[in-house]
Amino acid sequence: MSLAALATDMSMSLRARRVAAVAAEFANQVDRDARFPEEAVNAMKVERLLGVQIPLRFGGESASIEELAEICVVLGQACAASAMVFAMHQIKVSSLVEHGCESPWHMDFMRELAARQLLVASATTEGGIGGNMRNSICAIDVDGNTCRLIKDATVISYGAHADVIMVTSRAHENAASTDQVMTVFRRGQYSLEKTVSWDTLGMRGTCSDGFLFKGEAPAVQIFPKPFAEIAAQSMLANSHLLWSAVWYGIAADAVLRAQAFVRAAARKAPGSQPPGALRLAEAASLLQLLKANILSGLKVYADAKADPDQLSSMAFSVAMNNVKLASSETILTIINQAMIVCGIMGYKNGTPYSLGRHLRDAHSAQLMISNDRILGNTSTMLLVQKPDTSLFG
Amino acid sequence: MNETIRELLAKLGGLPVPVTDLADDADLYAVGLSSFASVQLMLGIEEAFDLEFPDSLLNRKSFASIAAIEQTLTQILNSKEAA
Repeated sequence: MSLAALATDMSMSLRARRVAAVAAEFANQVDRDARFPEEAVNAMKVERLLGVQIPLRFGGESASIEELAEICVVLGQACAASAMVFAMHQIKVSSLVEHGCESPWHMDFMRELAARQLLVASATTEGGIGGNMRNSICAIDVDGNTCRLIKDATVISYGAHADVIMVTSRAHENAASTDQVMTVFRRGQYSLEKTVSWDTLGMRGTCSDGFLFKGEAPAVQIFPKPFAEIAAQSMLANSHLLWSAVWYGIAADAVLRAQAFVRAAARKAPGSQPPGALRLAEAASLLQLLKANILSGLKVYADAKADPDQLSSMAFSVAMNNVKLASSETILTIINQAMIVCGIMGYKNGTPYSLGRHLRDAHSAQLMISNDRILGNTSTMLLVQKPDTSLFG
Repeated sequence: MNETIRELLAKLGGLPVPVTDLADDADLYAVGLSSFASVQLMLGIEEAFDLEFPDSLLNRKSFASIAAIEQTLTQILNSKEAA
């Protein structure tokens, strides 16, 4: 039996667990050296997880967002950087699946992505626009059948390791900054000149360096839909839900470590309540809250997916923003609680209860799309949008 | 109605082009209507026409063009009359 056949023989979650075992083995090294988690990503390719979201008819497995989120949770418990690379890749693939099914080039590309397990990166951030990806300065130049683009991309996560980069830009030279398109560039169609190094507190393995991107490709590789629609209808929900799943994974592992610490103490001194037991109970309650937050977000997305108007509605944007805000803030509280439970054993590196990497990785959550920016957007929408106060609405 | 919408769009839309140059069916997002400005426009319209946008109409499509806004308003005003 070939490796590929063996892999498809197994459930997605089993395959994710095998990748997680590899990711866990190298997690500390990836973090210490701020290097790309190539072992874990190669394992994703061997287990054919990079193409799971591609529709069956194009050679994928039509994986749902729930299945993708579960994989993110499993990987997040092992190595947050590997999990985040997987999540960011799937967010880009979701744009292909949701908006590329009517374009012959994008359909062919989905077949190839599934067959060759291509890793897709994203270049939405640009020098001079801050973190607002719904604005571009650079403009794509379409000349007959060819398009050319130069972008000062201040962040392209795992850009140097990707097979494909999807790049946003203004739709043409005279377009407004918000009139954007997204273009698929394959390796060989672009050059990257590194301009900024990724040496960070946490999420060190995502290697989110900055690059001067220069690309030239057939113009059919431009998505046929405006980027505004892609952002609203597939990226918003997929980003906030899959990121949250990764963060949940980090927090879940922290709670497991805290629990192991408390149980070890309880076994040594039977009959007495170990210090930290109450904090563990608090952390477990918060972890459940976080899980409920993500599950409710997944349900809102499933309901909205049936209706394109709802997908671009304010109510939906507010709901997805709230998922992201709550997840990114709650994990810090949970991991901090876990750290207090484990004490110095949690604070030190190299113990079974170490939580330094978890805490540092988790600090990225409120910054990747700044929570302040998201709060600002939500507060604007709340000037007209009225929250649904029913329990099952 | 069209005139009031155009006045409000000129005042609150923050567009880089004069509103008089825009056709009724011109894509407002493509000419640069930001999400912040679109909410300001909604608030202005709510005040001017003394109505509230129901959640079901708070989506991109309802404010995609001057014609779309007119259509959205007509829909709200009609249902108000019917009520």
